[in-house]
Amino acid sequence: MSGREAILNRLRVALREGKDDATREQAVQARIAAAPRGVVPMRGRLPDDDRVTLFCAMAQKVSATVERVGSSANVPGAVAAYLRQRNLPARVRMGADARLGAMPWNTEPSLEIDSGRAQDEDLAGVSHAIAGIAETGTVVLHSGQDNPTTVNFLPEHHLVVVRAKDIVGDLETVFDQVRQTFGKGHMPRTLNFITGPSRSADIEQTLLLGAHGPRALHVIVVDGD
Amino acid sequence: MEIRSPAFKENARAALDDPQLRHALEHVKSGFIVKRAMAAEALPEFEKLRDSSKAIKDETLANLDKYLEAYETKVTESGGHVHWAESAADARDIILKICQSVGARTVTKGKSMISEEIELNDFLEGNGVQPVETDLGEYIIQLRGEHPSHIIAPAVHLARSQVEADFRRVHTHLPVDRDLTEPVTLLSEARKVLRAKYFQADVGITGANFLVAETGTSVIVTNEGNGDLTQILPKVHIVLASIEKIVPTLSDLSQVLRVLARSATGQDMSVYTTLSTGPRRAGDPDGPEQYHVVLLDNGRSSMIGTEFQEMLRCIRCGACMNHCPVYHAVGGHTYGWVYPGPMGSVLTPSLIGVDKAGHLPNASTFCGRCEAVCPVRIPLPKMMRHWREREFSRRLNPATQRYGLKAWAFFARRPRLYRLATSIGIPVLSLFGGRGRFKSLPLAGGWTRHRDMPAPEGRTFMQEWKQREAQKQGARI
Ligand code: SF4
Repeated sequence: MSGREAILNRLRVALREGKDDATREQAVQARIAAAPRGVVPMRGRLPDDDRVTLFCAMAQKVSATVERVGSSANVPGAVAAYLRQRNLPARVRMGADARLGAMPWNTEPSLEIDSGRAQDEDLAGVSHAIAGIAETGTVVLHSGQDNPTTVNFLPEHHLVVVRAKDIVGDLETVFDQVRQTFGKGHMPRTLNFITGPSRSADIEQTLLLGAHGPRALHVIVVDGD
Repeated sequence: MEIRSPAFKENARAALDDPQLRHALEHVKSGFIVKRAMAAEALPEFEKLRDSSKAIKDETLANLDKYLEAYETKVTESGGHVHWAESAADARDIILKICQSVGARTVTKGKSMISEEIELNDFLEGNGVQPVETDLGEYIIQLRGEHPSHIIAPAVHLARSQVEADFRRVHTHLPVDRDLTEPVTLLSEARKVLRAKYFQADVGITGANFLVAETGTSVIVTNEGNGDLTQILPKVHIVLASIEKIVPTLSDLSQVLRVLARSATGQDMSVYTTLSTGPRRAGDPDGPEQYHVVLLDNGRSSMIGTEFQEMLRCIRCGACMNHCPVYHAVGGHTYGWVYPGPMGSVLTPSLIGVDKAGHLPNASTFCGRCEAVCPVRIPLPKMMRHWREREFSRRLNPATQRYGLKAWAFFARRPRLYRLATSIGIPVLSLFGGRGRFKSLPLAGGWTRHRDMPAPEGRTFMQEWKQREAQKQGARI
């Protein structure tokens, strides 16, 4: 008997007591299909403006820096200014994301853009989030042809663009959207929920920013569009 | 890892005599407790979310076979492979075969307690594959040839100076006169050293905090980002998870995530919560080409349907040990196997046998703090009691204890004698102890070696009770 059968059999015998197999199978399939929501905190259920404000506050609380711009046309300027202020070279890693691609990067002629997956020596990476979550100040990104996951982790500085209108109250709303975009039961290869820059408290429980992932997370919230 | 649980008493004695450890454990006592309390306080729905999480895990366990099958179907659909391992040895073999199939020489690893449970590192090394732990705490532990002393803070028993000494000993390619006095310099050094490893590795192994049946997704929750680099850079990603990690849907995942980070570190959400489904897709610029899940049983399916089933709700947040006075006193290594603290005291006997781990369920003051903070409301003290009962009925505990209990039972069944004995005993004790405390006491050396025993003051409980009742009666008249 294979390991699979042995394990499943043991479980089956132990669990059969209450209900028969077929009834349980049906109930399980029904529960997965319905995916009922549990307790959703009130914290994120706010009018649009307040929700964005809460998102920004929560992100700052976990040591992300946040800036709001009026339109996606301002994003290239904001990226260039971020690098200048921190004396970083005018160079970013960026996927071929259509939302980022539509922005007027030619307004920043000195900014070099490397496309494709990130490399070890990259100092700054730019990604576009599919959502922000107000209850925790989290940005949500997924992998795909135009969205290398390495950009989220290798560069020292990670700049994430999120549209204000994509900022939702809670995790459940994000999952509903993912189900809608990819089809129920389907997922992108990687779905990243990022809440602040990387950190570790493994040495004497002292909290330090910048462990293996980015040392800094900069969130650019686009209000217009 | 080598089982040292039978030596619990000796381990505890050594731990209590170790001033450096005592100092390090202060961090557990102060930090974690306050942070969890603040996070719980800040979320009005926290208690309801605990109920909800408990219910989700109960539902999953009641139909675990079905959810596992549903999960497997989804993983396969997304191009991944599911491997079923009945035992630690099975899991090791499966993993080694995958490593060998791609000619792997170096394997990076995210933090996984299951990997400790199956002693994966020694096995891989013995078979010519170099495992590299990438979580900072785990990395330090690996350099020292030790085992984690806490399920979420593996190096919590160490001081900064010890870590510095290890880095100097191992990172010999770096200048000897470099300054490593600040924790942050140690972190930067580890970051640099490990960066190179991620790129060298052929296989990345992570654990899983949860597996989602709805989508065939594995979920890891980390703060450092090491787990992500471990799984996106190498050609092959292996997820090593035990069978009870399943939750039915993404909606259920939302519930358990909300209680996990808050209970563990007091964060609303850990920095990186990463959902992985299958290997890289056509056209993806990065991500692993192969995605494998190794589902480990190793004794868990035998807990289903028994009084220990509820233990499988555990989401490994560490809150029970963070709040445990016994853990605070003796630290994690004393428990002698992978899982320390109250959750270990219940789980370890189930996994390695009560004959080897019988001391663990006794290492409790039954203060109930673990149950009070457990996000999935596992009745840990009750379950430790189950083990004690089993241990007693199987005559596994030492003779002195058995005779002691028998003697006590003899008196307890004869109330008059009991009262007589205690009313003589108490004044005698208080005579010797005066109004103070005992520094030593016959038959109680285990207690008095590391702390005083308060001397009883005057009267027995029964005498006090009688008097109070009489006073109440008097007041009522
Ligand atoms: S038993 Fe409860 S408190 Fe302890 S680690 Fe498991 S979930 Fe956390």
